[in-house]
Amino acid sequence: MSDLPSGVEKLIDQVQYEEAGEFPVERGYIYTTCSSVENGNPLFWDDAAADAITAGPIAPPTMISVWFRPHNWSPGRTEPAVPLQVHFDLKEIFELPEAVMTDNTIVFYEPVRPGDRLRTRQILRSVSAPKTTKLGTGRFWVIEVEYLNQNDELVGIESYTGFGYRRGEA
Amino acid sequence: MTVTTTKLVLGDVHAGDPLPELAYPVTATTIVLGALAARDWRPMHHDYDFAVNRNGTKDIFMNTPNQAAWFERFLTDWSGPKGRLGRMKFRMKGSVFPGDTMVLAGTVESVETDEVGCGWATVLVRLTVNGDLKTDCTARIALPTTDADNPWTRRGDQWRP
Repeated sequence: MSDLPSGVEKLIDQVQYEEAGEFPVERGYIYTTCSSVENGNPLFWDDAAADAITAGPIAPPTMISVWFRPHNWSPGRTEPAVPLQVHFDLKEIFELPEAVMTDNTIVFYEPVRPGDRLRTRQILRSVSAPKTTKLGTGRFWVIEVEYLNQNDELVGIESYTGFGYRRGEA
Repeated sequence: MTVTTTKLVLGDVHAGDPLPELAYPVTATTIVLGALAARDWRPMHHDYDFAVNRNGTKDIFMNTPNQAAWFERFLTDWSGPKGRLGRMKFRMKGSVFPGDTMVLAGTVESVETDEVGCGWATVLVRLTVNGDLKTDCTARIALPTTDADNPWTRRGDQWRP
């Protein structure tokens, strides 16, 4: 029998936080990301290569989460926005002040291209019973994020395993 | 910067093949640049005091999306630009800190052609520091089956990652 609060149990497998990215996919971040890992793949630097291989410029597939991370501040906002809101909701519900991500799976579908406007939606898949690790005592949870482009084509599904915990109880 | 020039095809690849190793000296700039490139503003990736006193880690540490970007670069350095990532799963077992030399090493686990004719290699990648495993990654990457083939042209039902 589950030890989860009924409010959390009801959230499992429910679509939450459907939202559009705050800006279109753009090349500045593509260059900065490639620079950060010294990625010289010509798909991201050479338009002729991108035209020949990918029918025009694309973003590195692993950048998929970049396009929905909110600005740290924007007009009218009084608190910093957080990505993966379900993760932060669970921290609050279970009163777990710290958290880390442990597992990440990404499945890539249609390429993401400069100018695309992506939409995301978050789905909580599971929450574990309390566990104790070297970091502390808390719970593991699995959250999926689906990404779609402006044509409603699936561009990726990302699955995160997070561990929310309280220190000093290990 | 590494310039990707290889043009691997599926027939060049066999189970057990090693990928060229990548060793990289990580600095605070590596961590902060990677976090900001990923639009990850959380302080444990740029604020030493927060990382140490709130998260209980020894320093700021590399974030998840930037690790993914490092794995992608490692894989496509090997495959060349026609290599198309289909799936990537990774598990972080420890953190990567400034001052670490991280080493990415990979081995081809299997090679297959799927029912719609797409060539795939499954590659196991290990990110280590001083021999200690920090992150392991299993990636499924599509490779051209011939010089004329191009996995990037696959759409819809022809793309089964």
